[in-house]
Amino acid sequence: MACGTPHDMFSANPLWHNGPIPGGFYNFPGSKTAPLYSGAQRFHTPVTTGTSVLAIKCDGGVVIAADILGSYGSLARFRDLHRVHKINENTVLGVSGDYADFQHLQQIIEQKVISEQCLDDGFALKPRSLLCWLTRHLYYRRSRYDPLWTNFIVGGIQDGQPFLGTVDKLGTAYEDDHIATGYGAYIALPVMRDELAKAKQSGQPISKEDACKVLERCMTVLFFRDARSFPKYEMITLTEEGYEHHGTKTVKANWEIAHMVKGY
Amino acid sequence: MSSVVDPFNKFSYMESGSQRQHFSPYADNGGSVVAIAGEDYAIIAADTRLSSGFSIYTREQSKLFQLSEKTILGCSGCWCDTLTLTRVLDARMQMYYHEHQKLMETPAVAQMLSTMLYYKRFFPYYVSNILAGLDGEGKGCVYSYDPIGHCEKSYFRAGGSAGALLQPLLDNQIGFHNMEKVTVAPVPVEKALAILKDGFISAAERDIYTGDSILIKIITKDGIKDESFQLRKD
Amino acid sequence: MSSIGTGYDLSASQFSPDGRVFQVEYAHKAVENSGTVIGLRGKDGVVFAVEKLVTSKLYEPGANKRVFNIDTHVGMAVSGLISDARQIVETARSEAANYRAQYGTNIPLKYLNDRVSMYMHAYTLYSAVRPFGCSVIMGSYEADGPVMYMIDPSGVSYGYYGCAIGKAKQAAKTEIEKLKLADLSCKELVKEAARIIYMVHDELKDKQFELELSWVGQLSEGRHERVPPTVFAEAEKAARAAMEDESDSDTDEM
Repeated sequence: MACGTPHDMFSANPLWHNGPIPGGFYNFPGSKTAPLYSGAQRFHTPVTTGTSVLAIKCDGGVVIAADILGSYGSLARFRDLHRVHKINENTVLGVSGDYADFQHLQQIIEQKVISEQCLDDGFALKPRSLLCWLTRHLYYRRSRYDPLWTNFIVGGIQDGQPFLGTVDKLGTAYEDDHIATGYGAYIALPVMRDELAKAKQSGQPISKEDACKVLERCMTVLFFRDARSFPKYEMITLTEEGYEHHGTKTVKANWEIAHMVKGY
Repeated sequence: MSSVVDPFNKFSYMESGSQRQHFSPYADNGGSVVAIAGEDYAIIAADTRLSSGFSIYTREQSKLFQLSEKTILGCSGCWCDTLTLTRVLDARMQMYYHEHQKLMETPAVAQMLSTMLYYKRFFPYYVSNILAGLDGEGKGCVYSYDPIGHCEKSYFRAGGSAGALLQPLLDNQIGFHNMEKVTVAPVPVEKALAILKDGFISAAERDIYTGDSILIKIITKDGIKDESFQLRKD
Repeated sequence: MSSIGTGYDLSASQFSPDGRVFQVEYAHKAVENSGTVIGLRGKDGVVFAVEKLVTSKLYEPGANKRVFNIDTHVGMAVSGLISDARQIVETARSEAANYRAQYGTNIPLKYLNDRVSMYMHAYTLYSAVRPFGCSVIMGSYEADGPVMYMIDPSGVSYGYYGCAIGKAKQAAKTEIEKLKLADLSCKELVKEAARIIYMVHDELKDKQFELELSWVGQLSEGRHERVPPTVFAEAEKAARAAMEDESDSDTDEM
């Protein structure tokens, strides 16, 4: 019953059964052109996706990191995809999940920022407001059974204080001083919690440099264990001194003993 | 979906591409709420763990929402629904205040909450609500709900992921159910607090969705007092 | 104007026998009662200057601004009925936003001008509506240099090097014509613009006014913004000084 053409045991094999129907459109996964999916539930599934985003609050700001891979299923398809974006002077946005859904929202957010500038009243979109807006928007979409398959981390400075919050495709939102999405929630979050607990014990908030080091370690561990990750990642800090992009970093992996591994 | 042939899994060229994923608009984010009402007070407490499956989202999420000086709502269940419900509720509280020039009293809030939940009968807020506060005469009261708006007034109630673990303890210690040779009397606030904390300690032993710490709010005619209490964090 | 009244001025959808639409002409009058607004297009950008008449001392400073941001790269200065003008601003903003949503780039001013002109023109065609009682000047700095357009209540628009609307547009135009616009930079234009506004201001009829200055050009990296406070203060000071000189020379002649 492929692609709507009748096919049973009596008929011959399809002419070309490893591609789109001759003369037909390529049935993109999850697209509405697939006739069998014209039922009641028509929500889509992620196509080009990004994996974990990690973020922690540090002394006077936030640090946020994500690799630059856009996966197409298991295919490492886009290898220079930026997943941490500057929204304005006091807000950054990290995204994992469907990249198209993100770009759709990014366009709306960019227009919000411009409209805010046009008003010329000296106010700008604040991180907490952005998170709240995202929460309402994602909740609205999940309620329509048409979710945006994304998971956001909003970081920034609000009223002189570091801010870190997250929201998922359902509209589940919360703030914390360390947040990780995707596999990072399982692999990196314990590391981050451990480091922050140590800092808490010492009575000093973790410095920006130390926070960067923690995330570097986490990105390395993630690269080793998350099959959808990538050795190249971006790290961005936003402190009272301003926004700083630390460039594209590369995980230092050591493969010297790889040739000694046998038996697979 | 089971009766139809999935065209995307039939051919190998699709397998390396994207995969169809299941979507459910609800999540179970856990959390437990306990409320106890006395003669002239009401206590409401909730743990601060927000989780999903085997991961803890955050260890410090308050699940108590102050609706007025005399009314507090405790929510657990689907967190995104909780966020939405409490937001609408806040707006309704404010509209009432501006229309009537007075704060809504706890029994009125209780009725309104029931109506709001039933309004979404066929796409419910997946939230277990417990409302605690002082009524018009200054007496403590507790209202508990199911997700679609059934409402019951009582003097003590446990709800959420460890509701079934906490409620029997309250029945016994606060309600003196099935006890012989006891004088049934309202519990003083100190006793209620002690039972509440013990209950949460025990619940945190067995329920993975309850833990980290609890926030307690004690409502009296003099205002609301905050307290917190640490639980196991594993 | 012997034909004033005579029944042909009640609707924007009716011509007079000599081929005029009176409602549109009255709309022009509304603009001519308003403070002077000028736009100057130099070699590296566009400068707007507004003589915002302040009719009461009870207003807050900075109220009812007449220079607007349309998008990051487009500015609009308006003359005429401020509430009418604000509707034009809203329309222009949504046009710019729509363009950005569709094509992901800044709206070209030529296209924005076409759209806003069409919108204003549409209000000169029906009996149920009245034309906009305002004229607007739009400016932007694009890849191939600065651009500026002015639209009047009839919906007619032209591109300009320098233009003036409002009360003293004639006097202002005479002054603008003396400038070598194509050679002047934004920094110089700001001073000229401030000077012209101060010069054409009629102190006897309109006592108080506020100067508004904005620019879009190379200096502002293609963004339309109010000129920085230091530049503003300098331009205003120079304009005042120029006025002093002039009045001195006037008294000398006497």
